[in-house]
Amino acid sequence: MSTDTKRRLFLRASLSAGALGMAAGTGLLAPGRVLAAWNEAAFKAESVGDALKGAFGSDAVTDSAEITMEMPDNPENGAAVPVEVTTTLAGVQSMALLVDKNPRALCGVFTPGKRMKPKVSIRIKVSETSDVIAVVKAGDKLYTSRKGVKVTIGGCA
Amino acid sequence: MASKTIKLKAKAENGEVTVKTLIKHPMETGRRKDKDTGELVPAHYIREVTCTHKGETVLSAEWGATISKNPFLSFSFTGGAPGEEIELSYTDNKGGTETATAKIS
Repeated sequence: MSTDTKRRLFLRASLSAGALGMAAGTGLLAPGRVLAAWNEAAFKAESVGDALKGAFGSDAVTDSAEITMEMPDNPENGAAVPVEVTTTLAGVQSMALLVDKNPRALCGVFTPGKRMKPKVSIRIKVSETSDVIAVVKAGDKLYTSRKGVKVTIGGCA
Repeated sequence: MASKTIKLKAKAENGEVTVKTLIKHPMETGRRKDKDTGELVPAHYIREVTCTHKGETVLSAEWGATISKNPFLSFSFTGGAPGEEIELSYTDNKGGTETATAKIS
């Protein structure tokens, strides 16, 4: 690692530590959440509606044909179901993946940077035969698409 | 920077850089019982994943425990060229964190 990279790393680390410290100092962040902005309410929610309210502040979604989900209909093993979500919607702010019947509906929320293509491939756990739901936030609105998967061996989600 | 738990690859093709990563992590939900002891295995899963290129965040993700064990993630971005570095890091619910860098090929 070059000195330059090191310096940048150090600078970044000290900057973020400073910002966190300030946020904690001014009481913007509750103690215990200082290190992580992880959205506990959304990830602990059991239903899709509650998870969406936790993640996006609303569960008002519109079906969209501009979201494509690629995944096997009959994955053998629910422990690792490959899912690929792509959208042609403009101005994507974030993309979320949920499984209707999992004990905790929300799998993940992906926030693309300016240069990222709105496409994500990942493997998720599916506990039983259920719908897998993709939600895309674009232009401050929520769009959704869903696809059913039939699981023979549950993924213990 | 080598990482023991993160495999990271980035390939530039047609003006796009495709990132593929495989992270070695148990992703325990906290609901599974140990077969021998019958006790619940404590939750241990990745919560945040960030990928940066030239100091700019390309992707930031929040995960729950329902992402599969040894997570695989793939995505692509524009504006990257061979030889440049990308960095990917994660933080789990126990505060464990790991960072890996890879050269775009």
